[in-house]
Order: sequence, then structure tokens, then C-alpha cells
Amino acid sequence: MGMRKVAVVGAGMTKFVRRALETGKELSWQAASMALESCEMTLDDIQAVCMGTAPDAFDGVHMKAEYLSDGAGAWRKPYMRSYVGGGTGVFAPIQGWYHVASGLFDTCLVVCEEKMSSYFPHAQAAFLTIFDHTTERALEPNLLWIFALEMNRYMQTYGISKADIARIAVQNKRNAADHPCALLGEAEITVEDVLNSEVLAWPVQRLDVSPISDGAVAIVLAAEHVARRVTDKPVWIQGVGWALDTAYWTNRDLAYPRYVEVAARMAYEMAGIREPRKEIHIAEPYDPFDYKALHHLEGLLLADRGQAPQLVADGVTARDGAMPVCPSGGLLGVGNPIAAAGLMKVAELFWQLRGEAGARQVPGQPKRGLAQAWGDLMQVGTVVIVGTNP
Amino acid sequence: MTAKIKEFPGTALSEKDFEAGKILFVNDQMKAEYAWDTGTAIGEYLAGLKRGVILGARCLHCRKTVVPPRLVCEWCFRPMQEFVPLQDTGRVNTFSLCYVTWDVRRIQEPEIPAVIEIDGASPLHGIMHKLGEVDPKKVSIGMTVKAVWKPAEDRQGAITDILHFKPWKEAKQ
Repeated sequence: MGMRKVAVVGAGMTKFVRRALETGKELSWQAASMALESCEMTLDDIQAVCMGTAPDAFDGVHMKAEYLSDGAGAWRKPYMRSYVGGGTGVFAPIQGWYHVASGLFDTCLVVCEEKMSSYFPHAQAAFLTIFDHTTERALEPNLLWIFALEMNRYMQTYGISKADIARIAVQNKRNAADHPCALLGEAEITVEDVLNSEVLAWPVQRLDVSPISDGAVAIVLAAEHVARRVTDKPVWIQGVGWALDTAYWTNRDLAYPRYVEVAARMAYEMAGIREPRKEIHIAEPYDPFDYKALHHLEGLLLADRGQAPQLVADGVTARDGAMPVCPSGGLLGVGNPIAAAGLMKVAELFWQLRGEAGARQVPGQPKRGLAQAWGDLMQVGTVVIVGTNP
Repeated sequence: MTAKIKEFPGTALSEKDFEAGKILFVNDQMKAEYAWDTGTAIGEYLAGLKRGVILGARCLHCRKTVVPPRLVCEWCFRPMQEFVPLQDTGRVNTFSLCYVTWDVRRIQEPEIPAVIEIDGASPLHGIMHKLGEVDPKKVSIGMTVKAVWKPAEDRQGAITDILHFKPWKEAKQ
């Protein structure tokens, strides 16, 4: 394609917390400076900055990218913010990738930040404005509705039970117990705990959902000639993909995320992957709700339709299974500061593929991983594939 | 690197920090008012609702009938040829029993949001609305429902001109 090779050479993140003392700017700076330090670079080495952050409504700040720019190290540099709802955290590194792959820049700092706690009493209410103002908002919809509606359709279409779905919540929250930044890691949680948690919008219960959180994550991208100087363990971006489905969400098949499939096929083709189930060693599908992790595994073609719950039940998705899923602990366990949560998945793959994930390390020297996020009005899919080979 | 790093940045606050006055914060409220133009297609849709009719749009090229109506077909990017009246009946595609309001207040009796596939529209093509006049335990995917309209004189040309959808069985011919 005439594109240059691009590697992730550094990563940093803050703890994910329910409410952070630090402002969004401060969180951004903490993650960004940590990412630079991790690869012994300074801001002078960075030629462009990409910022990912979700709705301005959470912060009550218009033009949030400008607001966060000093924390992101963006001043007097080419700087862009991308925003595709929940898909932002995996789109921002794609944007960083094409900044470098195009040949325009040799280095790019990608920062994703979210501070959801500022909105009172609960950030959930800010989501009202994602619904169509004329045909839907008058019904006073709740963000939980669309997830509950999609989850119910998914369960009904394939005959999946609540317990089948709860297993992935349990797995991710247990995995998160090993993550030093996690908000909701619980080593002892059980399927019964999930099934007995408060019913919010049936079939969605309290422990089916990831919590709103504050946090930031940053990564450093570099072109091949820089990456090889900076580190002996670059993690290469092998494929990227993104796609959007119809925004008339009540006019499409809610049981299958075709937009994820379109994005995944684009990324697989770029990465030269023909058999994703054999060639992807670690998957970090987007899991703001437990059923979404399963739904997305199917859209990513890593499981047959309706069969993802079986993979979890069989232990295939466990950290030491044949295809570990969300070894980080995912959004369900680490937390869900929206854009930061997506980039956390890319950072996790960076650490995993370098063998630096500590207690979370997937055994067997994994060589390739996939991170995916999803958002807008349930219809955008973003996919990044990284690996140890360029 | 997570294996090497001992301490990650970020400081968690708790409710107690606020109660104890340890944290300074600024409180503000924003009020924003809008008047949204309904446009051509949704304008027709709302005018239809005022008359007690659910309108869809038909693309003769793709042989699709979508709801709510729109000017352009997303699949072939050609103009929709016509707006067509659909039935005010349909089938529950999916539903939820929701115990939380949009602003996160807890409620005892659940709201029942649903996607309702409208009769006369293409398969899987529906709208979001609520179900009513039904025992929440008896709602199921696939059940047939019918719109319950506001009295004609009270209708304003809004989606709320339909109060909700209720269970309905087609009369045997």
C-alpha cells in the first residue's frame, strides 16, 4: 500500500478510578509523560499529537481537545482530536498510525483521556443527547435501554442464558485483580454474584456493566527507523480497520455486529491474516457490557455466531487458554473511562507482547494481538492488530 | 513495563473526601435551549403521527421500506421515491424491563422500552417505543402489538402522540 511500518514503542497509564483528584489535563500529562519516559523520549522527540476523548457533555467543556492540549503535550505541534464515541480509544491509535505510516511524521504521541465524574449526579444522563432529538428523546430514553435491547435480542436469537453471559464478566473481573490500575478487580467473584446483582434494565444487571471512571492512557508511535533505535522490542501495528453501520439502529440486525466484521476484515487483510482464530494470540474485544465482549468476538470472526459463550465456558478465553480474551481485565474489571479504556487495550497488548505484563502475562510468548472498540450509537467498530513482527 | 513499574499515577477520591470538605470544587449548571427543525422526511413523519398514521419511506431500487422515513436510501444513495403509510401494528423485536430513569432515579414499576418491527416495513425495520397495558412478566420477543394513540385532539405531531404499544392479536378472518 506504500505505507511505512509503524511501531508502538512506549506506553503509560494512570489508575482508573471512580473519581480522580486530578483534572483531565493532569491525568493526560501523567499518562503522556509516563509513556515518553518508558521509551526514554522527551516531548522534543514527538512530531505530532493525537488526542482521543469522548463527549464534551461529560466535562461541560466545549472543544475539549484544546482544553486538554497542554496535558497532552500538544502545543506548537500538529494536533488532532478524534471522536467516534466508545470506539475512540482504538480509533485514536489508528489516527496516530496514519500520521506516521503516511510518511508525514516519524513520531506521534497518542493520548486518550476521560473524566466522567464531573457530570452530576451521574454521567449516564449526559447520554440522553445521543438519541435522535425528535423521534426518540421525547421518550426519555436511558443509555441502558439500547444495551438491554441489544442484549435481549442477542440472547433470544441464539438461545443464550444470563449465566452464559455472566461468565465473561467473572473472567474479566478476576483478570483485573492482577492489574495495578484496576477499579473493579475481584479475584473471588462468581457467576452467582453477577446473577444476584441489582437489575437495572433487564437483562442488564449491575455486574453486567462496567463502571464510569476517570483515567488516561498514552502510547508513543514511531516509524521503523526510529523505533529500531528506541527499543529492541517494538510492537508493530500490523493492521487497522474501522467501519460504521446505519445510525437508524432500530433498522438493523441487533444480534450481530456487522460493523465490527467489516472493520476486522479490513484489519485482517492489511495484516495478511487468513485464519484469525489461529493467528490472533490475544484478543481484547470491547466489553463495556459483558454480552458485548461475546458479541464482538463473533463480529471479529473469532467465534461462530452465538458460540462465543461456549468458548468462555470451555476455558478457551482464559488467560492460559488457547485464545486469551481480555487478559487485562477489560472494561468490566479495569474500568471504563471511555476513550482511555479503548487505548488501555492497545497498551495491554504492548505489554503482553513484550512479556512485561507481570501477573497478567499470557504464557507461551504471544506474538500477535487484537484490540477492538465500539461506539457511537452502537454502530462503529474500530480494530487494531499488533504483533512482534513488522 | 507494568511488571517493572511499582506505582501508577492517579489519585482516587471518595464521597467522604467531599463530605469532610477536603476537596475544593466549583459547581455550575448549564441551561441550553434548542428548537430543532424537523426537516422534510421527519416533518412528514410527525404530520403523519398527528393524523394517527405511521409513515415509512420506500426505495423502489432496493425494494426496502424503512421507518422512520428519510430522503435518501443509505444502501444505494438514491432518493427515496415515496413516503408510504404503514400499519400501526407490529412485532416486538426486543425489549427491556428498565428500573432506572434516564437521570438514574430508581423506579418500582419498570418502563418497557422496545424495538417494534412495524407491519408494512421491511423485516427487522422498526422504531423504538415503549410497551404498556401489559404485565412485564408476560412480555416476549415476537409478540404482536398495536399502537395506543392519544385522542386526535390532543396530538401534537410528536412521537409521544403514540402513548405506547399494547399486546394485540390479529382477528381471525
